[in-house]
Amino acid sequence: MSLRRFVVRRALSVVPVLFGVSVITFGLFHLTPGDPVSQLVALNPDVSAAEEARLRERWGLSGPVWRQYLAWLSNVLVGDFSRELRTGRAVSGILWRRLPETIVLGAFGWVFAIAIAIPAGIYAAVNKGRFGDVAARVLALSGVSIPNFWLGLLLILVFSLYLGLFPVLPPSRLPLYHPETLRYLLLPGVTIGTAAAASVTRVMRTSMAEELNEEYVTAARARGLPERTVVFKHVLRNSLVSVVTLAATLTAGIVAGSVVVESVFNWPGLGSEFVRAINRREVNVVMAITLVTAVAVVLANFLADVLYAVLDPRIRYD
Amino acid sequence: MTAVLEVEDLTVRFYAEEGVVTAVDGLSYRIEAGETFGVVGESGAGKSVAALSVLGLIDSPGRIEGGEVRFEGEDLLSMDESALRSVRGDGIGTVFQDARAALNPVYTVGEQIAETIEHHLEYAPSTARDRAIRLLDRVGIADAETRYSDYPHEFSGGMCQRAAIAMALSCDPELIVADEPTTALDVTVEARILDLLAELADEFDVAVQLVTHDLGVIAGTCDRAMVMYAGEAVETAPVEELYYDPKHPYTAGLMSAIPRVGDDDDRLPTIPGTMPDPIDPPPGCRFHPRCPFAEEACTRTDPALVDPETGEAATLDDDRAAACLEYTEGLSGGLDYSVEVAGGTGEHVEKAIDEREEGGSDE
Repeated sequence: MSLRRFVVRRALSVVPVLFGVSVITFGLFHLTPGDPVSQLVALNPDVSAAEEARLRERWGLSGPVWRQYLAWLSNVLVGDFSRELRTGRAVSGILWRRLPETIVLGAFGWVFAIAIAIPAGIYAAVNKGRFGDVAARVLALSGVSIPNFWLGLLLILVFSLYLGLFPVLPPSRLPLYHPETLRYLLLPGVTIGTAAAASVTRVMRTSMAEELNEEYVTAARARGLPERTVVFKHVLRNSLVSVVTLAATLTAGIVAGSVVVESVFNWPGLGSEFVRAINRREVNVVMAITLVTAVAVVLANFLADVLYAVLDPRIRYD
Repeated sequence: MTAVLEVEDLTVRFYAEEGVVTAVDGLSYRIEAGETFGVVGESGAGKSVAALSVLGLIDSPGRIEGGEVRFEGEDLLSMDESALRSVRGDGIGTVFQDARAALNPVYTVGEQIAETIEHHLEYAPSTARDRAIRLLDRVGIADAETRYSDYPHEFSGGMCQRAAIAMALSCDPELIVADEPTTALDVTVEARILDLLAELADEFDVAVQLVTHDLGVIAGTCDRAMVMYAGEAVETAPVEELYYDPKHPYTAGLMSAIPRVGDDDDRLPTIPGTMPDPIDPPPGCRFHPRCPFAEEACTRTDPALVDPETGEAATLDDDRAAACLEYTEGLSGGLDYSVEVAGGTGEHVEKAIDEREEGGSDE
């Protein structure tokens, strides 16, 4: 099977998954007791039953669940995530404003994680059992073990308060493309990337060390290829397969981490908006962010599948 | 004739947690230009370790402790890594047991052959590609041009081994080290691969060190052979002499253990016992616990490789050598086996050796 056919087939298999994601997202919110209207109304004994029914009608909460779902889905498909209950602002507007902030933060954390983890993992595997390996492993273990909210607070404490290198809060509205933004990205980006860096290092080291024992490595050396070629051309590509698997999972971790990290650093992304929306019981916002997050994770897995096939030709044949 | 490879007093140890294993102990042999030299022995005899040592490819916890490996007169063991690398793949080609495992699964077979050519012969990519395709064609891969872009998993086991031979030959080496090249293949494919190897060795005028546990393979392809036991050479001989006139009781035992068409025995003769514990080998001759002719002296003295005619220490130039006390001190019972040549096509070691075993020294 050619690579293109593989990609098309995988892309098609994403569609039912996305459908499932939408059903679960919608279903979960309708399983929770009390819809948004009853919450709005509960505080006010003056609202009549007729008025309540009218409100339900307006928010698309009347009728059988499947009809509610279809109405919601058809709106979502054209980018309409309904409105905030209290303010009446369009949820899609909130999404479009917040999403880039989170993408930039996540991408920074990602690049930070990969830039550290891949070389560290290679170094540790090649020097297995020596000091550098032990040091890398200890650091990686600490990185995995440290909770990101604690790391974030610690970084603020040291770099912002003691050393005064960074402002505690980012300036309210600096455009993302502004070069200055990079400076404010540093602390939250490092916080969000540390755990990912640590687990990628561990997996990179393990899979690389495993691959180094393969016979094709001995064979490549027996052909007189320089060690550089053996490691970076032959072994690296094989060991990246398991890193790609992990990276897809980590995307979910980074998205989840952004909820905490954005709150700690007051970063105006989807994560902090999510927390705010939950506190205010803005169901439409929570649902929209959940859906966007789920779609992001599905897409990350799809990308990982494609990357597999690019890296390892055997995967194209299943 | 000149020797393309001379190995002298090679010792390789593995520092395992359970103890130190001397995998190869004072091994010496030579390979003449263009000849096919067999190295035969049971699993664990140290033959593969010896083969990898030639290329300096012993990984930790293994270590080459001493000796010399002279390739075209130069000691490979005292070379630095980069000089050694320029010999690997260029002067010495390698064929591994499991050819598919020896190919990187994520690059095409052709790319890997061309990579070696580009590296050693400094060919441009397109010329290297052409040469790789010609080699694939020469080793019998049909439609080599298309097959060049196939991945190893698209090749059959036999084709992988053919490709591996093409790769080993790609830079016109003087020597090919083939480590059990046909063990992973089925018998009909094995025969064809061995024929191919013999044919190409002749055509490219390249010497082959053929490591195998299969005496039949040795008989069919080699000029001379060395029998290894527990890390040591016990006998070296031109192949005909090895079969018709084995000088070491272990060799004789191996010969009698080959099944033959037309034998009316129900059971195959075997050599009793197993290889000694490599961490704690027996004192004296390592084979004595399994040897039907062992005497008291064998438990004390480790016999050296000697010329079986004169009893003088064997040198690298000797074609015939065996390591048994019979040829230096003389065993009181002698080596009481005889060889019977059956029907002029094969050879047969007389059953005397089995009868003695059943008589009693068996443990």
